[in-house]
Amino acid sequence: MADLFQELKFRDPGRARALSQAIHREVKAVGRVPIPLMHVCGSHEQAIARFGLRAVLPRELEVIMGPGCPVCITDTPEVDEAVALAADGKVVCTYGDMLRLPGASRSLADVQAEGGRVEVVYSVAQAVEIAARNPEAEVVFFASGFETTAVATAAVVLSGLPPNLSILSAHKYVPAAMEVVAELKETNIQGFIAAGHAATITGWGIFEPFVRKTGTPVVVAGFEPLDVLAAILKCVELVRAGKAEVANCYPRCVTREGNRPAQEKLWKVFRVADGVWRGIASVPRGNLELRDSFASHNARHRFRIDIARVGGQEKNLLAEKCLCGLIMSGLKTPRDCELFGKECRPESPVGACMVSSEGACKIWHLYGGLPDLREVGT
Amino acid sequence: MNDRVGLKHGAGGRAMRALIEEVFLALAQPVDGIGLSALDDGAALRVGDRFLVITTDSHVVHPIFFPGGDIGRLAVSGTVNDLAMMGATEPLGLTCAVVIEEGFPRPDLVRIRDSILDASREAGAPVVTGDTKVMGKGELDGIILNTAGVGFADRVVTDAGLRPGDRLILTGTVGDHGFAIMTRRHALELEGDLRSDVAPVNGLVRQALRAGGEEVVAMKDPTRGGLASTLHEMAQKAGVGIVLEDAAVPMTAEVRAAAEVLGIDPYHVANEGKAVIGVRPGAAERVLSALRAHPLGRRAAVVATAIAERPGSVILDTGLGRRLLAEIEGEPLPRIC
Repeated sequence: MADLFQELKFRDPGRARALSQAIHREVKAVGRVPIPLMHVCGSHEQAIARFGLRAVLPRELEVIMGPGCPVCITDTPEVDEAVALAADGKVVCTYGDMLRLPGASRSLADVQAEGGRVEVVYSVAQAVEIAARNPEAEVVFFASGFETTAVATAAVVLSGLPPNLSILSAHKYVPAAMEVVAELKETNIQGFIAAGHAATITGWGIFEPFVRKTGTPVVVAGFEPLDVLAAILKCVELVRAGKAEVANCYPRCVTREGNRPAQEKLWKVFRVADGVWRGIASVPRGNLELRDSFASHNARHRFRIDIARVGGQEKNLLAEKCLCGLIMSGLKTPRDCELFGKECRPESPVGACMVSSEGACKIWHLYGGLPDLREVGT
Repeated sequence: MNDRVGLKHGAGGRAMRALIEEVFLALAQPVDGIGLSALDDGAALRVGDRFLVITTDSHVVHPIFFPGGDIGRLAVSGTVNDLAMMGATEPLGLTCAVVIEEGFPRPDLVRIRDSILDASREAGAPVVTGDTKVMGKGELDGIILNTAGVGFADRVVTDAGLRPGDRLILTGTVGDHGFAIMTRRHALELEGDLRSDVAPVNGLVRQALRAGGEEVVAMKDPTRGGLASTLHEMAQKAGVGIVLEDAAVPMTAEVRAAAEVLGIDPYHVANEGKAVIGVRPGAAERVLSALRAHPLGRRAAVVATAIAERPGSVILDTGLGRRLLAEIEGEPLPRIC
């Protein structure tokens, strides 16, 4: 077996250095500081943290993670719906990251420990198998993720669901994630790095209305370290030139139109709806809801879900100190949180951002926190 | 203090160190030499003008037989290597205590014995006494092996001897044992040849000590908790920072691919036939050549440097940037399980 990973051209240190130097030059040329850029994707944060990219970026350039973790922004009442269904004897299937996401008083993991049937699946297709194997049971797929996973859900819905399987959608819509942050005056984001995998489906054209509306450039980026650095460079170039446009730095996967058949499936099954995102606010067009034509497979139509029953009474003192909402809005970083790495750790998370592998806190914790290493060991 | 012991307390990282410090460190008493309070790989007690090095290690592994070795080879190598890490590369003898679960297949026991014999011959470390116990079905899981070993060292090498500027040599590829066990344990069907590196490295370390003499200043074997835990411990005990160069760390293509696919950091998984050797900068080349001349050290490389800044931290230079290398919290689990 050839040493594929050593040879990966998207991890070439020489090219990384050249990009880093170019970013330093561009930032200087912008002339005003700081320059806050935001990405809205856990996978981008993973690449940045894992490869230590912030250490080679200029101090004046802030690369902030926004609400890019679909699990983290799944709201408490949405978790409570799933918890109520599981407590009520339904088989709830969901992705692993959702298991420990806190509801008002309990997570799905808690219900599971109490004897509820909660199944971790890696794809919606597995939920179909579980439903087919258990025809006597009501099976609910608690669906989460942005367009990338929503398409998978849609495809399975369209191929015909077993009669005993329904969908509890907590799917979220990426463009809304950027809009909600762009509206916040405090953040003053100068440019956005958009998630390449979602754009593979939606196409980069989807960001054009956003750019026209906000005057903020958007750069679509892939997930290898050089992809991320190249996108940051492009974004700073656009900031310097004062150009509000969409740039595609992931052309090996993303086109302007995107994946048309996937989009057709997505919109045949889902429609955008206003939603509330955990820790952030009500987000116009933030959620993906099942269309009425699939009402019989919509868990919210099929069952009377009483979330008051599973609601929390006691106040959680730790949770009141949790900064997840501000972190997801890009107003704070995990460094600002007094719980980070102390009371709040991956094995005992307080906030959603420490639960999901896409969450900023979990990622920072995994990759050693975030001390400033720009001048150390050079 | 949590009132229950969890699995993470045995994983070789922060949690285990905390448990030992909170519970067992109270056993430490002053000795002439290096005792429990140093929390090193073993103890070194002064006898005349030399040191008697003593160490003990219990072994449980699942599966008992794995690609590249088995629990017998592991038990001998673990103890021989701990002695070697303190500078005792010619073990006088080993003890071998075995606790067996009722119903354990006798042919497997014989196979394990043969493997113990092979490894002890390889290391020049005869088993000189032992103990056998059998427990009821379900009272333990298969078999537990405990080995202890003794050997003399003229000069004791601790794991705390680094100072800024020192180089750290890794004697070969990283992650082989951990990934071999993990793919077998979780029945992950990965292509390629993932084999444990389990081996006694006392012969290899002897070469390093001969070449480097007093300029070999710190040694530790990166077993549980992996290279990350080992470097953390060496950095904390010596009060230095350590910069690990990602690109310099030898790794097989199989381990690199498995790590990428499973989402597990190869620096967090166990090695059972490797040593991290800290040397003064002037001796690095000399020690490296000596290591590379030995069959177990062909892929040895200088992988890290001690620095004065950030004492106690391990910084990973990824070639693309820099970050802190975290210690593992519990047992590393593949994300697809």
